[in-house]
Amino acid sequence: MIRFLINGLFRDKSRSRLPIIVVAIGVMLTVFMNAYITGFMGDTIEMNARFTHGHLKVMTRAYAENEEQLPNDLAMTEVTALKEELAARFPELDWAARIQFGGLVDVPDEKGETRSQGPAAGMGVDLLSPESREAERLNITGSIVRGRMVQNPGEALLAEQFSQKLGVAPGDEVTLIGSTMYGSMSMYNFIVAGTVSFGAEALDRGSIIVDIEDARHALDMEDAAGELVGLFDAGYYDDEHALEVAQAFNSAFVGDDDAYAPVMKTLTQQRSMGQLVKMLDVWSFYIIAVFIIAMALVLWNAGLLGGLRRYGEFGVRLAMGEEKSHLYRTLIYESVFISIAGAIIGTAIGLFFAALVQKYGINISGMMEGSAMMYPSAIRTRITPTDYYIGFIPGLFSTVVGAMLAGIGIYKRKTSQLFKELDA
Amino acid sequence: MKNKGIKIKCAIILLFAVAALPLQAQLAADIILERVDLNISSENRIFESSMTIHGRRNSRTITSKTYAVGDKSSFTEYLSPPREEGTKMLKLEEQLWIYSPSTDRTIQISGHMLRQSVMGSDLSYEDMMDDRKLTETYDAEVVGTEEIGGRDCWILKLTGKVEDLAYASRRLWVDSERYVPLKEELFAKSGKLLKRSEMSDVVQIGGRWFPRTVFYRDMLKQGSEGTEFRITDIRFNQEIPDYIFSKAALKQ
Repeated sequence: MIRFLINGLFRDKSRSRLPIIVVAIGVMLTVFMNAYITGFMGDTIEMNARFTHGHLKVMTRAYAENEEQLPNDLAMTEVTALKEELAARFPELDWAARIQFGGLVDVPDEKGETRSQGPAAGMGVDLLSPESREAERLNITGSIVRGRMVQNPGEALLAEQFSQKLGVAPGDEVTLIGSTMYGSMSMYNFIVAGTVSFGAEALDRGSIIVDIEDARHALDMEDAAGELVGLFDAGYYDDEHALEVAQAFNSAFVGDDDAYAPVMKTLTQQRSMGQLVKMLDVWSFYIIAVFIIAMALVLWNAGLLGGLRRYGEFGVRLAMGEEKSHLYRTLIYESVFISIAGAIIGTAIGLFFAALVQKYGINISGMMEGSAMMYPSAIRTRITPTDYYIGFIPGLFSTVVGAMLAGIGIYKRKTSQLFKELDA
Repeated sequence: MKNKGIKIKCAIILLFAVAALPLQAQLAADIILERVDLNISSENRIFESSMTIHGRRNSRTITSKTYAVGDKSSFTEYLSPPREEGTKMLKLEEQLWIYSPSTDRTIQISGHMLRQSVMGSDLSYEDMMDDRKLTETYDAEVVGTEEIGGRDCWILKLTGKVEDLAYASRRLWVDSERYVPLKEELFAKSGKLLKRSEMSDVVQIGGRWFPRTVFYRDMLKQGSEGTEFRITDIRFNQEIPDYIFSKAALKQ
């Protein structure tokens, strides 16, 4: 009977082609939307983790309270010993000292007078130690637009946008005017080794990246650092495990009133990241839920219309002696075949488009101008196992339920009136 | 009838006396401020100073030598610690340059940077630059008296009378005998207290009374325990060669 029904569907295109197209479009949109939201959410969180928040971060309590101001006067001291302790206690994390700082980048003319100047957001990261993974983690090499990677002390990388604004090219000398850990004005010369573009407006606006030892010399921060960031070797953020690590570390300082005692915070406990992660979770849930419900209504309606359109056909079949229950079953079987075919086609097309966007991305840098939060400038989808089945929820169930509701009418037909209906 | 006439005369005299009181007070305030300017301001001066910046973690002392002519030109060379040694600041009229020997760069400080702290202290570049006489920039009013460290003081309320002031108003406690300020509070236009300073170690140098130590406190600076600015040697009305006040002198 199944083969008979399938043949029937193939031969009567009006019963198969349009319903399959409708189901496939609905499923495709559902699959693509899920991959899109997962990709955007994951990229945003990981980008913020790698560049600023880490999966875990250690700071002094006083620094953590004023973290937005990058208060290096409240930075940690004796960082080498603390880093070694962290590496021994939590080997599943890679720890790196970082100094974030603000200042002015001043470009001299041939007389040494200021030619151009601009506010900079600086980052001192370990670029020169052979064991450091910071350059790889921040994808610095891959982000170089002009020049080369920092290879020697006294070299710096400038954001490409920033370097163009200042009129600086690789090989030029610039002076960083900042503030030392003790509040004095500091000036430090750097040779621009290269320019970088990270594809995030917040980073590309005015970044200067230097080796952490240069940052220490410039800001008078001997063996000090504002932050020690830890990233899981697994490569992704595990909130539950991060909380366990933070609790284990912080328990040693309970009862210690020192404002300079270290405190460890997970990604979701830092600044607005906790809110962002929760917000993205809720958004993605609601967007997907609303979308699935909307698609379910559309497909339900399609199933309903498909059943109603065949009102006359059902009358003829009942008049010819076909059992009402048989008719109802075949209607449901047909809708199952249609929805399976539509869901498979829709999932395949949805995955195809998701894979394209995953590879090439959609440039949204124009929309992110002026954003203080770090969002990726290109949205990329991320295909997860969920995408392989999520389309079947609206595709299969809604179409079948629609057909089942439409089919109820079969039982209300009276054999005695069938010919009268046909005459009419 | 006669009594009535006397009463009217007395009332008129009293009325004039009461009406003249604010004028007398204003006159007194102006005279006090003038006397303060005579003590504090000078045609030129050369002084060596030490600035101890007290932080929550530690204290640092920075020494320097300054040459100043009137309120228009000054030149400061930092002598210690090693990190600051050789750093020089030049003020000419409204402009300020800083020379850093480690970078061999001279940078002009302007705009919002003038409000930044000097060497991490409770003093801003703006504070260092503004050497104008108080009588030229503020209107004074005596608002009370108070004893500070066993010395009777007038309390003067100073209200800015020119536009480009770092502090819209001040409250100054002036030693009523020596006409030297012993305490000062600096306010923003909104009335918010921005800085407080206390002067001590008052000595007489060349006929003028001068506080050798000033303890500054930036009320908006977190983690600051104040800055003690101590003049270790000061000489007034000295011969200062003109070349000192040139950008070329910064690199020498």
